[in-house]
Amino acid sequence: MRIFLIMVVLSSVTAFSQVKTVKLDALTSLLNNDADSVYVINFWATWCKPCIEELPYFEEATSAFAQKNVRVILVSLDSPAELERVLLPFVKKKELKSEILLLDEQNPNEWIDTIEPDWTGSLPATIILRNRIKKRVFLEKQLEKEELFTTIQSMME
Amino acid sequence: MKSLILALLFFGAVQAFSAEGLKIGDDAKEFSLKNIDGSIISLANYSGDNGLVVIFTCNHCPFSKAYEDRIIALHKNYAGKGFPVLAINSNDPVTVPEDSFDKMIERSKEKGFPFRYVFDETQSIAKQYGATRTPHVYLLKKQSDNTFKIAYIGAIDDNHSDASSVKETYLSNAIESLIAQKSPIPETTKAIGCSIKWKK
Repeated sequence: MRIFLIMVVLSSVTAFSQVKTVKLDALTSLLNNDADSVYVINFWATWCKPCIEELPYFEEATSAFAQKNVRVILVSLDSPAELERVLLPFVKKKELKSEILLLDEQNPNEWIDTIEPDWTGSLPATIILRNRIKKRVFLEKQLEKEELFTTIQSMME
Repeated sequence: MKSLILALLFFGAVQAFSAEGLKIGDDAKEFSLKNIDGSIISLANYSGDNGLVVIFTCNHCPFSKAYEDRIIALHKNYAGKGFPVLAINSNDPVTVPEDSFDKMIERSKEKGFPFRYVFDETQSIAKQYGATRTPHVYLLKKQSDNTFKIAYIGAIDDNHSDASSVKETYLSNAIESLIAQKSPIPETTKAIGCSIKWKK
């Protein structure tokens, strides 16, 4: 029992998020969900410098709004073939705590518009939504902490 | 009332300005940009061609790098048919030092770029065209009056990471359509890419 407790404590100290590989339909159901929560969906990749620069703010949002019905989801557009070699070591090194999905789809021309018609395809890009009150914001740019937090808070009102 | 109209006009102007970039069928904006050999390049340099493959790209972006060999091949295939490539780097070298003019010269030498590679130092050409990512293609077709119109906007193909797995060669299909005096289908496509790094 004591060993079990030690293991639980240890694992919570070193915990970082798992990466779940998903198809487009999983993303569209997320985007169309009718839960009364604020969803912060950030599209990023390990090769994208501005994405890495803004990542800490999403991590801060994950902990700051943990009790407030806000779900932060980082959708990686890294190549699924590089999951083991690139993405997982990155997540571990940065000890990312937010929920992480890896989008496993081929031709972006066939799915970018499904996710967001206004998206030209550059990274980073972020969708913040609360479908229950029909609010949705799309931001195709690198975010500063203030803009991210203000937008999330404006959805909570 | 007068001020309301003025305010509306002003708002309209702001809206028009932010309605980003060129669309299919628009006249291509003229430019005057420094090539890596020091010469200044404009649309006039292509008056003997049938069109121009403008590709906003850069040195550092992994997507741009992944496409370098394919862009070289496109130029080799189509320059002789009147559709040369013009690569434009619009990134701010303060944000990304690897995208400076000197580094453009280096990269071009390393890869042996057979096409012109020009620097959009003020970023005004990327803004006027509406380019947002690298690579981002604008295919221009020369008209009978020697002006250029936009015929295709978007991606090079459907698979950045693996050239051997490409199924849809959007850009070369579009160029082939123009050579055959047809309109490209599709005329626009989307791709994931690095954002153009704007000056702060």
